[in-house]
Amino acid sequence: MRHTLVAMVEDQPGVLNRIASLFRKRNYNIESLAVGHSETPGISRMTFVVEGDDRVIEQVQKQLYKLVNVIEVWDVTRMPAVVRELALVRVGCPPEQRGEVTELVHLFRARVVDVAPDSLIVEITGTEDKVDALLGLLKPYGIQEVIRTGRVAMVRGNHRSSEPTVSSPQ
Amino acid sequence: MKLTGAQILWECLVREGVEVIFGIGGGAVIHLFDALPQYPIRFVLVRHEQAAAHAADGYARATGKVGVCIATSGPGATNLVTGIATAYMDSSPVVAITGQVPTPVIGTDAFQETDITGITLPITKHNYLVTRVEDLPRVVKEAFHIARTGRPGPVLIDIAKDVQFQETGFSYPDQVHLPGLRLDFSDDENVQAAADLLRQARKPLILAGHGVILSGAGRELRALAERAQIPVATTLLGISAFPESHPLSLGMAGMHGFYHVNQAIQEADVLLAVGMRFDDRVTGSPSRFAPNAQIIHADIDQAEIGKNIRPAIAIVGDAREVLSKLLQLVPPATHPEWLAQIGQWREESETDNPLNENHDGHPLPQYVVRQIWEVTQGNATIVSDVGQNQMWEAQYYIHDRFNSLISSGGLGTMGFALPASIGVQIGRPHETVWVVAGDGGFQMTIQELATVVQENLPVKMAILNNGFLGMVRQWQELFFNRHYSGTRLLGPDFARVAEAYGIPGFTVREKDQVTPILRRAMEIPGPALIDFHIHSEENVYPMVAPGRAISEMIRRNSYQTV
Ligand SMILES: Cc1ncc(C[n+]2csc(CCOP(=O)(O)OP(=O)(O)O)c2C)c(N)n1
Repeated sequence: MRHTLVAMVEDQPGVLNRIASLFRKRNYNIESLAVGHSETPGISRMTFVVEGDDRVIEQVQKQLYKLVNVIEVWDVTRMPAVVRELALVRVGCPPEQRGEVTELVHLFRARVVDVAPDSLIVEITGTEDKVDALLGLLKPYGIQEVIRTGRVAMVRGNHRSSEPTVSSPQ
Repeated sequence: MKLTGAQILWECLVREGVEVIFGIGGGAVIHLFDALPQYPIRFVLVRHEQAAAHAADGYARATGKVGVCIATSGPGATNLVTGIATAYMDSSPVVAITGQVPTPVIGTDAFQETDITGITLPITKHNYLVTRVEDLPRVVKEAFHIARTGRPGPVLIDIAKDVQFQETGFSYPDQVHLPGLRLDFSDDENVQAAADLLRQARKPLILAGHGVILSGAGRELRALAERAQIPVATTLLGISAFPESHPLSLGMAGMHGFYHVNQAIQEADVLLAVGMRFDDRVTGSPSRFAPNAQIIHADIDQAEIGKNIRPAIAIVGDAREVLSKLLQLVPPATHPEWLAQIGQWREESETDNPLNENHDGHPLPQYVVRQIWEVTQGNATIVSDVGQNQMWEAQYYIHDRFNSLISSGGLGTMGFALPASIGVQIGRPHETVWVVAGDGGFQMTIQELATVVQENLPVKMAILNNGFLGMVRQWQELFFNRHYSGTRLLGPDFARVAEAYGIPGFTVREKDQVTPILRRAMEIPGPALIDFHIHSEENVYPMVAPGRAISEMIRRNSYQTV
């Protein structure tokens, strides 16, 4: 099963390397990783999508947590959460098809953010499924370039996220 | 007043209580060495950086303090790698210091540049590259803290050469700020649940690992075992966590555990595993390990819980704390039937004991080990190498003194013993330290005989010389139809090699020479080396083939039919 893990990490040189090294060394399957600043200066927030059974995911969290620069880890897979990905797609599109493509894009609440004589850049935000669906529909027009950020997630409600899932040993 | 980076480093080390460091210099640490003699730190010059790391590791295991080694950039640093990995696998607190090329040329493939922080990422608990002299005190403070806190382990500090001569004001922080490094302890409920299980147990057993030694929990372990009359088995690195001549002591479990030990594990109804990590050498086939037991797993590293074996009850915490809490909750008990049953198995084990056999000619290695025990009256600290020698030592030296065996368990690093013994002897200057090694492993770091002499260390060395890479040959004999590919080993005359270094050397070819020569070696005030020419095809028994349940053992007397 695919899990979404969130980690708060110290924003220090080499942290990404440590995490990548851990995943490689322990043979974990990482599907996507998104990193950016958090609300706290000096702390970055990472969202991982990791494939594995519960036992593997528990190990992933515990091993991550052992890294000195990792402060907290949550598995938000089964929590109510807002889950998003952003993608930019360059679609081949001669002027006569612009209307058609734009209509599709609007159906997905996506946007056209750049127009060139023979192509468009589409920006879409949503779950991976939604992004996949739009990509599927755009495919016949000729997708020239795609960039996807990977999943980010935030737990719904008041709490920042609930309790970290590994910091308190069971 | 301003200090150079080099001075700052040593100031920090002195404040951390460092008394000795092991290493070899070079261009990228020359400023560090220049400043070193101003400080009350003993420098031990080894002959290969691998030995520096092993010596620091040995020192750490023998004293419980952080061991420190130092090497130059590039090849100096990469030579440390085996030693760092060894310390990492066995949770030994080591701080490794390396020089790095100057900051402006980092990343340019400068002379002797190597990305040692990158290389050691997976084999250190943490590591640092220091490119600003202002960072040095904080980094050193953190490094020592991380190395010895929680589950101990090695930390590497790579210091750019220009940092070593830059100057800045010095003050040593008295606290570390490491929000990601927390010490966990399970809720008391788990401890209570564990105590309840132990109270109800009819066939309880304790399996003690290195964590018991690292946390200094020998007294608590013994008190708990005696209070509830629970027999104690150990892992290889758990040997000497519990006095081995104690009636409740079973000995080492696992691949080369004696019959009664593995049998007891397979029959136990409650197994308290403490300070250990269910390594495959201990469990054999994990799905068939201790099939009748509810397992209580107590370890300081919560990632070890559930990694290899799913316990019924998990306790995350320091072994000493866990055991003292349990001690308060577990009522006194007796298990006469269980202990009687184990007694019967023990008799069965005795039928495998080669010490009961008459032999002459080349001495049996088991006999040599037992005689080392005799002549040292069980009081030595043994540093064993890897292979058959390590297993014979584990089986036939009776370790009654706490923390009296030092060996490379997790990584199984041949060549560990001699350099590690240098650190052990320096850490325990008044104790008798014996190296037990094979002829293969001893040749991997034999150059350290020079360090032993230069540092005036009275280390005694026993080589169990079988003319083979013995343990590999044993596998070839048992599992590859005696196809001895690449395991025949031609060695030097070790006694003469020792003499060339200025160490009295002896060769023993006959059983009846074993004890007299051991006694002579013991009488020599300095180091001594004995080359024991043992039976060349003697095997370590019992043996559990890899992947088998630990009760499925090849035993000494049943082997012919296997
Ligand atoms: C550095 C290293 N290389 C290879 C091995 C694999 N290995 C394990 S035991 C062994 C043979 C050891 O032979 P020797 O040192 O003579 O000891 P013996 O088993 O004969 O007692 C080897 C090669 C190892 N453990 N470590």
